[in-house]
Amino acid sequence: MRDDRLYGIAALFDNPDKVLLAAKEVAEGGYKKFDVYTPYPLHGMDNAMKLKQSKVGIVTLISGMIGVVSALLFMWWTNSVDYPLVIGGKPLFALPNYIPITFELGVLFGSVSTVIGLLIIFLNLPRNSHPLHDTNFMKRVSSDKFGICIEAADPLFDANTISNWFRKLGAESIEEIYYRPEYISLRQAIFDPKYIGAIILVALISSGATYFTLNEILFMRPWTSLNEQDKVLPETRSKFYADGFAMRPPVEGTVARGQLPYFFSSNEMKAAESYMVNPLLPTKRVMEIGQRDYNTYCSPCHGYQGNGDSRLRGQFPNPPTLHSDTLRKAPDGHFYQVITDGFMGIMPSYARQISPDERWAIIWYIRALQKSHNVKG
Amino acid sequence: MLIAGLLLGVLSYFISSNHIVFDGVMVFTYLASIGLGGLFWVSVEYVASAVWSTPMRRVFEFISSLIPVLFLLAVPLFFALRAAYEWTRDGIVKTDPALLMKAPYLNVPAFIFRTLFVLAIWSLFYVLIVRNSQRQDFSSDQILTRRNVKLSAAFIPIFGLTITAFSIDWLMSLAPDWYSTIFGVYYFSGTALSSMAAATIFVVTLNEKGYFPVKLTRDHYYNLGGLLFAFANFWAYIAFSQFMLIWYGNLPEETAWIAPRIHGSWLAISVVLFLMHFIVPFFALITRSAKMNPGRLVFISFWILAAHAVDIYWIVMPTYSPDKAVFGLGEVSALLIAAGVIIVTFAIKARGVNLVPIGDPKLKRGLEFHL
Repeated sequence: MRDDRLYGIAALFDNPDKVLLAAKEVAEGGYKKFDVYTPYPLHGMDNAMKLKQSKVGIVTLISGMIGVVSALLFMWWTNSVDYPLVIGGKPLFALPNYIPITFELGVLFGSVSTVIGLLIIFLNLPRNSHPLHDTNFMKRVSSDKFGICIEAADPLFDANTISNWFRKLGAESIEEIYYRPEYISLRQAIFDPKYIGAIILVALISSGATYFTLNEILFMRPWTSLNEQDKVLPETRSKFYADGFAMRPPVEGTVARGQLPYFFSSNEMKAAESYMVNPLLPTKRVMEIGQRDYNTYCSPCHGYQGNGDSRLRGQFPNPPTLHSDTLRKAPDGHFYQVITDGFMGIMPSYARQISPDERWAIIWYIRALQKSHNVKG
Repeated sequence: MLIAGLLLGVLSYFISSNHIVFDGVMVFTYLASIGLGGLFWVSVEYVASAVWSTPMRRVFEFISSLIPVLFLLAVPLFFALRAAYEWTRDGIVKTDPALLMKAPYLNVPAFIFRTLFVLAIWSLFYVLIVRNSQRQDFSSDQILTRRNVKLSAAFIPIFGLTITAFSIDWLMSLAPDWYSTIFGVYYFSGTALSSMAAATIFVVTLNEKGYFPVKLTRDHYYNLGGLLFAFANFWAYIAFSQFMLIWYGNLPEETAWIAPRIHGSWLAISVVLFLMHFIVPFFALITRSAKMNPGRLVFISFWILAAHAVDIYWIVMPTYSPDKAVFGLGEVSALLIAAGVIIVTFAIKARGVNLVPIGDPKLKRGLEFHL
């Protein structure tokens, strides 16, 4: 039994002031390897124990900076280099946009690494055993007592001196802590093949179950009820119709959007003149569109004023003036027919360049030109 | 210093009377933020039942005695509103539909009423809270602490509303077409930070020179430094939030305010402001030992007060001169007046009053404060 090794001497105190005083005395006595155990944090303990500033802050700073830099590099690489994408008209490297994510990632790296740093530095993970575990001392200091423990590894350690000293400082009980070296062996339980095997098994089962749920179960009945609808897809078979085709021919007389056919052929000028009226009102907007399109499409041959003064310098026959009596009296349908279908085999059709509404707007503009040349004083 | 500042101010009035009005607005809003922040920290201490700051609470009370002085500063400005505020000029208001819509709120009588109302509310709470605190020196009556806790709990939400209205009136309406819904918080962040810096200067200097009747420890310093650090960060957070949303949204009615500040010499001022108000305090105060170092604390507190002055300058002055930053006699006199008013008020108030609230039941625990 007594081949156990001495870990240290632990003393319990019944109030925080006594343990503060004891910690101060121990620290001033030159001991280095000792620790204080209390149920809650005690103000002023850092100074009493003469602790140096914790190193966790440095861990936090460095990993926070890593978070900041990696966030910036990531966004710069993805959005400015690898796949340049303009978002909202902003520059490719839009720093103000990136600051929130940079900040978040800095905080995330900093805080997570602080926790990991605490676990590794102070709890000595992955070590999962400590000589003070399962001792009466540990039970008391985690409920109602305040303890201090000097380790045997300290160069000044001497069991009798320390026991007497603790008694003098007002310790309620003093305990020698023993441990079995094999429990604190180098080979940690965490590296046990059984343990690792169990971890791998759990990982496989949970990832497999997740995969199966997301990829298989969710696509079985009854979870797919919203996906399964009675409908036909183009160019497939369907039992719904007797001929077995899913696609149906359009009803006779169907007109596609924006595809209103023109009913008058080139030798039906009389019909066009008598059946068609200008559907637009001569508003300012209509006149502006008419002027724009007339100047674009008509004026090269007919001239800006409609006098038939072509700008093409004889490369194409000059048309007659638009201000003749015949044309001033001709109905709107006449002009529409000419624009749509061309005239006399010389003027080509402008149906492809000018939409029906624009044609009517041009006609209003021509009317305005005609009026401006025949002002009655 | 105060007299020199006033003389310089009068001199620069003859050089440029419009310019000096802007400087007046700067002094007024700067001192308002410091004084109001002092009362804010006093009431936070009561509401949070903080003990560490109890020994130094008097300093915050002295700083908040700037609040009644604000009346003196506001009255001359009321007569000069036309020089600084576009919305007071009928010709401009009539041609601007946005201003016409805002006219029922933004007009001279309503503006003066709101300012006086807000100052009266602040003065009322200042008088009540400080009177209770000073009476306690003689009676040691705990009921006075309880009364102050109730007053403070009432004051804090009122403070939030009034400081927003105040900052909208005096600072945001310098550019009346522009608006930012976070502006009140922005002004508050400077308020909390600059008043804490002013208090830190007095507390640390008095304590280090031995004039403080009780001994404050490094742990008290640590809390002062921690709050300075926290609110420097808070300011940067709010300032950046305001900037980024405007920059990202890129809407004309919002960018009109940012645009002059990121072009020409104002861009340099903006960068300096960011460095002064955030980067330098951040790195100067980040370590634990820096927050406990008295020399460092006093220096960075002066630095923060200067940064807050630059902040106010950066808010106010682009309205006067959108093309380039101006600095003249008026600004020098503004700085002198601001510093002079703080020192004179502090000296007058501190006379005949205990520097430590000796009757406060929290005092003993506050002196024993450990981290």
